[in-house]
Amino acid sequence: MTKDELKIKLETLREGLSFEEGGEWTTLNLEPEGFKNFAAQIKNDSDLQFDYLFCQTAVDWKTHLSMVYHLSSTVFRHELVIKIKLEKSSPVVDTVCDLWRTAEFHEREAYDLMGIEFLGHPDLRRLFMTPDHEGFPLRKDYEDPINMIKL
Amino acid sequence: MIINVGPQHPSTHGVLHLVITLNGETVKKVEPHLGYIHRSIEKMCESLSYRQFIYVTSRMDYLSSHINNHGCALCVEKGLQIEIPSRSQVIRVLMDELTRLASHLLWWGALAMDLGAFTPFFYAFREREMINELMEDTCGARLTMNYIVPGGVMMDLHPDFQRKVKEFLKLFQSKIHEYDELVTNNIIFQNRTKGVGFISREDAISFGCTGPTGRGSGLSCDIRKLYPYEIYDQLQFDEIIEQGGDSFARYKVRVREMVQSMRIIEQLIDNIPEGDFQAKTKAVLKLPKGDFYTRVETARGELGVYIVSEGGSTPYRIKFRSPGFSNLSALDHMSRGGKIGDLMATMGTLDLVIPDIDR
Amino acid sequence: MISLEGLKTSTQIWLQNNLGEPWAFMAQSVLVGIAAITLFAVLGLALVYMERKVAALMQIRLGPNRVGPMGILQTSADTLKLVMKEGLTPDGADKFLFNLAPFLVMIAAMLILAPIAFAKNFQIWDLSIGVLYVAAISSVTVIGILMAGWSSNNKYSLLGAMRSAAQIVSYELSAGLSILAIVILTGSLRISDIINSQADGWWIIKGHIPVLIAFIVFLIAVTAETNRAPFDLAEAESELTAGFHTEYSGMKFALFFLAEYINIFIGCAIGATLFFGGWMPFHIGNWEAFNHVMDYIPSSIWFFGKTLFLIFVIMWFRWTFPRLRIDQLLNLEWKYLLPISMINLLIVTFMAIMGWHL
Repeated sequence: MTKDELKIKLETLREGLSFEEGGEWTTLNLEPEGFKNFAAQIKNDSDLQFDYLFCQTAVDWKTHLSMVYHLSSTVFRHELVIKIKLEKSSPVVDTVCDLWRTAEFHEREAYDLMGIEFLGHPDLRRLFMTPDHEGFPLRKDYEDPINMIKL
Repeated sequence: MIINVGPQHPSTHGVLHLVITLNGETVKKVEPHLGYIHRSIEKMCESLSYRQFIYVTSRMDYLSSHINNHGCALCVEKGLQIEIPSRSQVIRVLMDELTRLASHLLWWGALAMDLGAFTPFFYAFREREMINELMEDTCGARLTMNYIVPGGVMMDLHPDFQRKVKEFLKLFQSKIHEYDELVTNNIIFQNRTKGVGFISREDAISFGCTGPTGRGSGLSCDIRKLYPYEIYDQLQFDEIIEQGGDSFARYKVRVREMVQSMRIIEQLIDNIPEGDFQAKTKAVLKLPKGDFYTRVETARGELGVYIVSEGGSTPYRIKFRSPGFSNLSALDHMSRGGKIGDLMATMGTLDLVIPDIDR
Repeated sequence: MISLEGLKTSTQIWLQNNLGEPWAFMAQSVLVGIAAITLFAVLGLALVYMERKVAALMQIRLGPNRVGPMGILQTSADTLKLVMKEGLTPDGADKFLFNLAPFLVMIAAMLILAPIAFAKNFQIWDLSIGVLYVAAISSVTVIGILMAGWSSNNKYSLLGAMRSAAQIVSYELSAGLSILAIVILTGSLRISDIINSQADGWWIIKGHIPVLIAFIVFLIAVTAETNRAPFDLAEAESELTAGFHTEYSGMKFALFFLAEYINIFIGCAIGATLFFGGWMPFHIGNWEAFNHVMDYIPSSIWFFGKTLFLIFVIMWFRWTFPRLRIDQLLNLEWKYLLPISMINLLIVTFMAIMGWHL
């Protein structure tokens, strides 16, 4: 499906979606509520079949955090980008581990480096840092006077 | 019983710490502990300019360092929307394929060594030495070649490059049959890898397994065929897909990929067009505001480079979607119910390079 | 040419003339003991060097070539280093068994030297049940290995030792049955009888296909009994355990290491004796001149040549094949080798009764 066809189809699944312009792929901005249902819908819908989550990123925008999901379909070969805006004080979003199992590791990484909590994740622990590490390294306001050298 | 397959390994995988729960000889759960070689490359790149951060990315998956650089350069070029001269496109593809060959050779030697046959390791390295010397002539380094930059390649090819590549191809054509007989048709090797570490096609998609791991389970995921970049759409080569889903299928995919890489090199080596090797770019590169994503096919699978830019001269956020990360998450699923020896065969055919996973 | 047999008889006569009967016997025993230990030491050094050179040449590199001319003093240097290392005993280990285990393995290896014929009329003790003696004593090695694994107080050593013991005990059956094939053809368990019966041709040529099958089974069984690749799970399980000799260091480790190579030598010596004629030269039918030339080469050179050839084949296996998993290993023995050797035994018996080997 092309970008426009995808837009039309997605609007039929849910009303009032806000699309972002100017990207290479269809980009959606969503709120954390109801994300799980939407994700399940786009995975199981027979015209969309987004069965391949190929990248899951967390970005720190200083005033808020955001999660970026890059999805693709191995059947139709179309791509979708979903961006979810999260609050900085308590970033919480539903997990998608049960839909796409690759999210298990990606969400652990997002938790470890950015501090985003995923509801329903089977094993949310730190992945790269030691278990007793304080702070979230990839955030813009992370200070480590010993290890970080500012260029 | 819980045992550690500790961070120090007698094989060349890297620092991977697996905590394995056993019931006698049978594996119940495999839990990887990562972070031993986490160098916070993504955070470092936030303070480096667009020309500088390529140097750091060679060290991620050091066995396919050209392809890493290529992915980053393509992403920056997508943001800047510049055209690359055809000579540098051909050089980039040539270097990519040579790197893929070198990486698969090392994988083959290391796999044989893991399973107990020590000799193929030396044979593989003998060929790899020839490729390394080629790279050293042109790029100046043998392992982390920071050669592909945004705009083209850093310098022109060495005058001896064509001749040496042709010599290497001639030698390697005969050797690959020898290696097939020594290892692939060896009955002990086949018994150790057939039926071991099975993953179905649906699970491979769900876990995000790409590269030879996915193709061994019947999933068509070669980025060079599906979303061609550079001149891959003009080249004749096959995408190797096996339906077995076990370690032997993944093994066969990689060995046949080596033959396909040779085919690509043969098609290109006599037809390198003349021209510039680098497009004219500004001294300080600034990407417009927005986010850009590029995919390339490394020797391990699909590498994704995601750059979020705020218009400055350094990236705001870079994410590297590494193939090993997703392949490793499938290890637990693949090795449950097998024996410890099977775990070694599975890990070997997944071709894990831990710096790629830890970044 | 100096023959070992001549050396032996002249020493015997000299001792008897000068010392009188009981003393001569004791002096002989002491001399034999010293010769056996020297043989061990020299063999150990030579075999380790040979293994490293063979491995290197197969892996397109040079082996040891710095210490001494062409590196022949390399093993002595290594042994010297091992002797100077600190011998650690782990904390909860059973001290008596821990110290006894390597010696037990060495003693078992040394005892088997007795009936082997190194040259014509040059055996330490020509037992009437020579072959049975060899098969019996080689089982004692298992006790040493289990002792080493248990007394190390280390669960990995114990695992490795138990796997190794299971492997050795299973493969003894096949080895025994293939040895039995030759015994049936010869009609005697005495080693010198077996060698003498090969005066008109080695068993591997005279015995046609059943003996060839028995030889192949024997070769596989010997590789498995001495924990060599492709059956070296117990010691090269690089992912998990380092085998039953994990906790040993210094001289005790050197003893285990040496005992492994001596076991290989003994296994190949038995193979050479039973299948290739021991010290019998290679005769072809009625070619008088050829046979005469072959006779001229001393019998000890024949024996060592054949044994070294078999050792080379076993080393060749190590550097060519990947490792088998423990269940595949035991599968191979119980489901394939044992039935084959039993059926082969029946065929050999039939052949012996019909007299086809004569």
